[in-house]
Formats: sequence, structure tokens, C-alpha cells
Amino acid sequence: MIEIEHLTKRYGALAAVDDVSLTVERGQIAALVGTSGSGKTTLLRMINRLVEPTSGRVRIDGTDTAALPPHLLRRRIGYAIQGHGLFPHRTVAQNIATVPRLLGWDRARIAARVDELLELFQLPPAEFRDRMPHQLSGGQQQRVGVARALAARPDLLLMDEPFGALDPVIRAQAQTDLRRIQRELGTTLVIVTHDMAEAITLGDRIAVMEQGRLLQYAPPREILTAPATPFVARLIGRDERPFHLLSLTCVADLIQPGEAEGPPLAPGASLRDALSLCLWTGRAALPVEGGGVVTLEALRRAAEGRSP
Amino acid sequence: MTGRLALGLAAILLLAFLLSPESFAPLLRPLTRNGAPPVYTQTSLLSLTFSHLGMVAGAVLAASVLAVGFGVLVTRPFGRDFLPLARTVASVGQTFPPVAVLALAVPVMGFGTGPTLLALFLYGLLPIFENTLAGLTNLPPQVIEAARGMGMTPAQRLWRVELPLALPVILSGVRLSAVIALSTATIGSTVAARTLGEVIIAGLLSSNTAFVVQGGIVVGILALLIHAGFRWIEGRAAGWTRARS
Ligand SMILES: Nc1ncnc2c1ncn2[C@@H]1O[C@H](COP(=O)(O)OP(=O)(O)OP(=O)(O)O)[C@@H](O)[C@H]1O
Ligand SMILES: [Mg+2]
Repeated sequence: MIEIEHLTKRYGALAAVDDVSLTVERGQIAALVGTSGSGKTTLLRMINRLVEPTSGRVRIDGTDTAALPPHLLRRRIGYAIQGHGLFPHRTVAQNIATVPRLLGWDRARIAARVDELLELFQLPPAEFRDRMPHQLSGGQQQRVGVARALAARPDLLLMDEPFGALDPVIRAQAQTDLRRIQRELGTTLVIVTHDMAEAITLGDRIAVMEQGRLLQYAPPREILTAPATPFVARLIGRDERPFHLLSLTCVADLIQPGEAEGPPLAPGASLRDALSLCLWTGRAALPVEGGGVVTLEALRRAAEGRSP
Repeated sequence: MTGRLALGLAAILLLAFLLSPESFAPLLRPLTRNGAPPVYTQTSLLSLTFSHLGMVAGAVLAASVLAVGFGVLVTRPFGRDFLPLARTVASVGQTFPPVAVLALAVPVMGFGTGPTLLALFLYGLLPIFENTLAGLTNLPPQVIEAARGMGMTPAQRLWRVELPLALPVILSGVRLSAVIALSTATIGSTVAARTLGEVIIAGLLSSNTAFVVQGGIVVGILALLIHAGFRWIEGRAAGWTRARS
């Protein structure tokens, strides 16, 4: 659990982060969104003390981070940097092994962990282990950066726009993988993103920042249906709102009894996918695997923000 | 490829000349007048070369240790205040002519190797220091940030990330110093240091062009070989910047 209390960082007259308080429960994902320069990176870096706060404090599982030597604190916290920051003179495997080596793991354990992570991020170990960072594509570099952050199985993971350079397909895959890994290990995750859709699919809660201030910190549904300020509403994008709302719920939650034509939909698909299929195929109802249907009518109601 | 071939030939030529200078006498004879000896024989050329190289190596090594050490110190958070001062001192050192260093050092240290070593050492400092600073202050900020974020201590960052990344630049400073020292060492023989300058000076004193030419060519080829050797090491140290196919 991370408790951020009245955290402020000033650079001269500018308050890069201005009196921010928020709590991330253990095993939850907090997504930080906001315009460029709103203080997201600064807030994130105060958690692992890469930036020392001007005032306020951060507690991790009840311990004040100011009480620990910074390098020991950081070895416990995974950190995926904006733009990867891989060590250019080290191989992919050596990069991933950085924190385990600092922690003094033995060779065999490190090698096994490296291969496990490479597999996880769909980078075949035999092919990628011994490559140098400049021999990877931008997307591959980012994935190695994330793998490096996860290497020592940290309880807490900080990520600064980790998927910025990925194409939509790999990006969606990386998000799904991250979500799965995070759920499996019970990792607490704070992720900065510019992509509202990413914040909504990943975040248990979304923190919206503007000029160093925290405008709203709430679950995605609440951010979408009850934005605290006009700025929050603008950031979500009014046009996108119904689609974001639909993407939060899966088909299983909207099943009605009945029958319909056509190939069945997976119960885990999002309502957004269902709507898209309805519109594309011109049907008013879709069958769901295992029985029942979703209707266009029900989808329409869900898109208005009424609970299904 | 042709460059390597030329270097190899130069090295063989140099070796042959140093091992058996007499066999080159016919080639050098046209440069002499009045039946003067075409090949310098007062001292063995081989031993002069070793002594010359030894002096250069010693001075450059000492200069490297000190200059890199200082470069590291003034780029640490506690040393940043000294950065401008250290820069000034090092460049003033460079503007002092080597002959003046010799002239000032002789009364204190006496004739021989000492003053020459001192001059070479002082001369070697600046290029290495400047390059160490350039290497350590132009590191990619994200990489340093990542090193901090992973939980490396300042010493671990220095040894595992900063120095390896700055190494090619530092080495090119050492190369520059070595090549400068190699030619500067020749004037050391004016204060009785045993260097290849002895051959050149003997040639100048006795108007024997053959001596001047052989001294000059040996120093020149040595400089070429040292330059190429360092370039090769620098390339190895910067291996991560190029595709290894
Ligand atoms: N070291 C620093 N010195 C002075 N000002 C800084 C420093 N670091 C950040 N700032 C300022 O603080 C503000 C917040 O910066 P920050 O990097 O946290 O923004 P961000 O929300 O991460 O932006 P982006 O989305 O572009 O990454 C900016 O106005 C920035 O210029
Ligand atoms: Mg940022």
C-alpha cells in the first residue's frame, strides 16, 4: 500500500506537484493522467525518491520512505522509465538482471528469471538474450525495460508511459500481460499514461492531474460519469465517453435470456466489442457462448452510464 | 584494409631498422656528406627506442591516473564546485611551453630523465582531463536515471555505468596525450634524457641529415602505430554502439 500525504515539489516559483494526497491499496493499479507538464513524472519519482519532496511524505506499507537509504528503497520498487533507459553497453540479459545482481541472487536463479521474463514478453530468449539494446526495435526496447523493472519481483511497480512506442496490437497484448502479471503477483502498480483508454482499461483508480494539482482520484466509472471539473471531462474527451464506459464492462454482465443468429461472442469480450459487432453486422442481438444474448438496446442503456 | 597493410609494412620496416640499422646504411648514405656515418651508432637505437617509449608510457600512465581521478572527483556532487577551477589549472598547464618546463625543472631536479618525465606528465594531463569531463558529463540522462532508479549506489553507478560509457572518449584523450608525449619526448635529450631525440640532435649538431631523418622516421612510425593501436582499443571499448554482425 502506498500512502501519499500532502506531497509537494517546488522548482523555484513553480509547484511541479502541489499538495497531492492519495492512497493506492495493495494489489491495485493507479493510473496517473494529465496534460504534458502536469507533474505526473515528478509525482512518480517522489515515490522512489529520485526526486526529494519539498514537503509531505510517502509511506509504503506503513514505513516512511524518508527513513530508508534511497538505494535500498529503490531495489524494492520496480521502475520502468519514460523512454526505457536501457544500459547501452549491456546485453538484454544483463539489463534485465540489474536489480537481481544488486540483490546478490545466484547466477542460475538470475538466468532462469531472465528467460522467464523474456518468454513472458514474447521475446524468444535464445534470440534476444545476448543482443545489445541498439539491436532492438523501439517496442522491443520498451518491453525489455518493463521486464527489467519486474525482474526482482517487486511488490511495488512504478511505470512512466511504458507502452508509448508500441503499436496498437502489441500494446493491447502488453497491457493484457501486465494486468495478468500484476494480478498474479499482487503487485501494486502506479502507471503514468497519456492514453485515456489505457488508463481506463488498466486502472482500478485514475488520478487526474493538472498543473501539479490532483483534480480527481476515483474509479474509471466515476471519472467517466461524474467528472469533478470541466477539465477532467475535457481530458476524457466527451465524444469518447460512451465507448470508454462500454469498455469497462464485459459481455457476461449484460446477458439476457434468448437466442440470436450468428457466431457466439466470448463472455469475456467487452461491451465495446459487442457494440462494434452489432453495428458492423447490422444485428440487434448477439448470441453469447454458453447461452443467452446481448441486445443492442441493453448496450445502448449501458453506454448512457446506467448500471447494467 | 589498405590502411592495415600500410601499418603492417611500417611496423615491419621499423622492426627491421631497429634490429639491424646497418643494413639500411646504403639507403641513408646519399643523405650524408664528407663520408660521415649514415647510421647513428653512439647508442643502440633499439635501447633508445625502449627508453623513449618507457618514458612516454610512464608519463602518460601517471597523467591518466591523475587526470581521470580528478575528472571523476569534479563530476561528483561534492566536487562540482571545483570544476571551473580544475579546468583553468589544466589549461594553464597546457599553455606553458615544454621547453620552459624543462628549463625550470633542471635546476631543481638536475639533468636526466626527471625533468622530461615531468614535462610529459604535465602535458599529458589536459587532453585526458578534458575528455574525462566530456565523457562523464555527456552521458544519456535516461540511462543515469535508470541506474539510480534500479537502486545502484553512487559508486556502482560510476563503475558499472558511467565509466564504461565514457571509456571510449577517455581513451581518445589518452591517445592524444600519448602521441603528443611521443614527439615532445624528443626535446628531452637536450637535458640528457635518453630518448630518440638524441639521434636528431646529434644530426643537427653535426649537419648529418641521415641522423635527423632516421630519428624522425622512427618517432613518426611509432606515433602512427600508437595512434592506430589506441583507435583499435577505443573501437573495442565502444563495441556496443555498432551492430555486431
Ligand atoms: N528538475 C527540474 N527543474 C525544474 N523544473 C522541473 C524539473 N523537473 C520537472 N520540472 C517541471 O515540473 C513540471 C512537471 O514536470 P513533469 O515531468 O512531472 O511533467 P509530466 O506530467 O510528467 O509531463 P509529460 O507528460 O510531458 O511527461 C514541468 O513544468 C517541468 O518543466
Ligand atoms: Mg512525464
